[in-house]
Amino acid sequence: MMTHSDIRKPFPWHILVFLAPGLLIYLTVSVYPLLDTLRLGFFSEDKSGATFFVGMQNYANLLFSEVWSEPFWNALKNNLMFFVIHMLLQNPIGLLLALLLSSPRLRLSGTYRTLLFMPTMLSVVIVGFVWQLLLSPLWGISEDFMYNIGLGDYFDAWLGKEGTALVTLSLISVWQFVGIPMMLIYAALLNIPEDLNDAGVVDGANSWQIFWNIKLPLLLPTISMVSILTFVANFNAFELIYAVKGALAGPNFSSDIMGTLFYRTFFGFQLQQGSPTMGAAVATLMFLIILIGVAIYLFFVQRRIQRFQL
Amino acid sequence: MLNKMALAMPRSGMNKLTLKPDLGKKLMVHAVLLTYTVVALFPILVILINSFKTRKAIFNDPLGLPDASSFTLVGFEEVLARSSFDVFFFNSLIVTVLSLFFVLLFGAMAAWALTEYRFRGALFIAALFAMGIMIPIRLGTVSILQLMVDLDLVNTRTSLVLVYIAQGLPLAVYILSEFIRTIPKELKEAARCDNVSEYKIFFQIVLPLIRPAMATVAVFTMIPIWNDLWFPLILAPGESTQTITLGVQQFIGQFVTDWNAVLSSLTLAIAPVLVLYLVFSRQLIRGLTAGAVK
Repeated sequence: MMTHSDIRKPFPWHILVFLAPGLLIYLTVSVYPLLDTLRLGFFSEDKSGATFFVGMQNYANLLFSEVWSEPFWNALKNNLMFFVIHMLLQNPIGLLLALLLSSPRLRLSGTYRTLLFMPTMLSVVIVGFVWQLLLSPLWGISEDFMYNIGLGDYFDAWLGKEGTALVTLSLISVWQFVGIPMMLIYAALLNIPEDLNDAGVVDGANSWQIFWNIKLPLLLPTISMVSILTFVANFNAFELIYAVKGALAGPNFSSDIMGTLFYRTFFGFQLQQGSPTMGAAVATLMFLIILIGVAIYLFFVQRRIQRFQL
Repeated sequence: MLNKMALAMPRSGMNKLTLKPDLGKKLMVHAVLLTYTVVALFPILVILINSFKTRKAIFNDPLGLPDASSFTLVGFEEVLARSSFDVFFFNSLIVTVLSLFFVLLFGAMAAWALTEYRFRGALFIAALFAMGIMIPIRLGTVSILQLMVDLDLVNTRTSLVLVYIAQGLPLAVYILSEFIRTIPKELKEAARCDNVSEYKIFFQIVLPLIRPAMATVAVFTMIPIWNDLWFPLILAPGESTQTITLGVQQFIGQFVTDWNAVLSSLTLAIAPVLVLYLVFSRQLIRGLTAGAVK
């Protein structure tokens, strides 16, 4: 190679040695497959498995055709719902817990922190099954509980009904992941200098005013970061629905989200055959959705918030 | 600006009372936190408790602790007899440990190369890694499966390890780069003056210094790998390569009506994670509160 002819400096082999293993694996197993998936979305397959270019056909099918568009829009709508429920519950509850945890001279705060974060550690699959058992009318744990607090008549097989399955699954997911916003916001709260609080107290502000006028503005960058993390995780979710409701995301696809749609499209189910190229098209749309979310976060939210902070 | 805001706030008469309701306030805080702790732990405890009970006791007294008459290990015996739990556990362990080792090693090496040396393309490569933090590797699954088929790696633990290394590297490179930047220049310069090789500088000076950050990265990398269902389901669904998450998922699918077995298999899957969490929780919380993931 050219290293021998290079007189001034020898080729910096050490840089290559340090960089190559990680970069090589990352490029082959992550970057290349992502780009290749974007490419595959423009192709279709015949029965022999040979692929040929079809342009925007797959996307046209997904968005407008009779067979594909209904499941696609249904999954997208459900996924939005899944995300909205997380935003409305998971992050506010996380914020509340973080505020309580950070109250000054709170005893046992370490223990609370450790215990509250526990569900987040478990596999989504396990959590799904645990709640399936708890909500099962057969076992009656939730039913008895509802009776004990006088709401027994409202108990229902929530996971089994079209109208409630998705909301119930979202709540299960909120239960599990509330630890993440809690921890990140808690960390941000610890970084707020005591002086600011003290200044507020001296000026006669009550806890609510201190929260609203001092803490919340300073927490905004963290809250927006938590939101984008929630967004990416929600639009990439799969395990919980698959574990509880299977690949068909029942009843009658009422709990179908982008992840389960992607899985079914790619691998097929029951009577329908899987298609890698259609699967790639679904993945590409998921990619675009996530990219748009991340772009909005990076270019609008994060920038504006940092300026505000100054 | 904040001081101005604070000053602009109306002075209420409330502040004179702030000392007295302190106890009441504290009790309220504890009440809320305690309630939520029960909400967070109750489901897990119910499963753990009932996995040690007879079927009759599971249904008649779901919230009772197992006593002499209701205690049984029959569920565990069934799980161990009817599935290869030991194999699943071993698979999860080996996949997680290997992935973790390579994420830490290659991640630290790449982070060092990207922060320490100036070369063309460094910024581009750093940006490429940064993208991976936000864009889930799962979206490339169609081509990853194709790639593994071509490499003849389907149904091997190697395929999982490769994917998890790729998945873990972006965050590792990011966190470790931030950390490596804080290492004082003098240390490296002194070593270079003594003609110590770049490799020695990295392995003997830098690596030991970034150990705390490595621990944080380890925890963040380990959990998603251990808990993953997607890639085991797609790349290594064979009986001999199943991980514990996939194994439990399939086992429960088959034995939905056998409550003893289902509860025991859940307990077997939960227990290792809880133990691991209790061991590493301090590290994890320190990592989170140090703002490692910003």
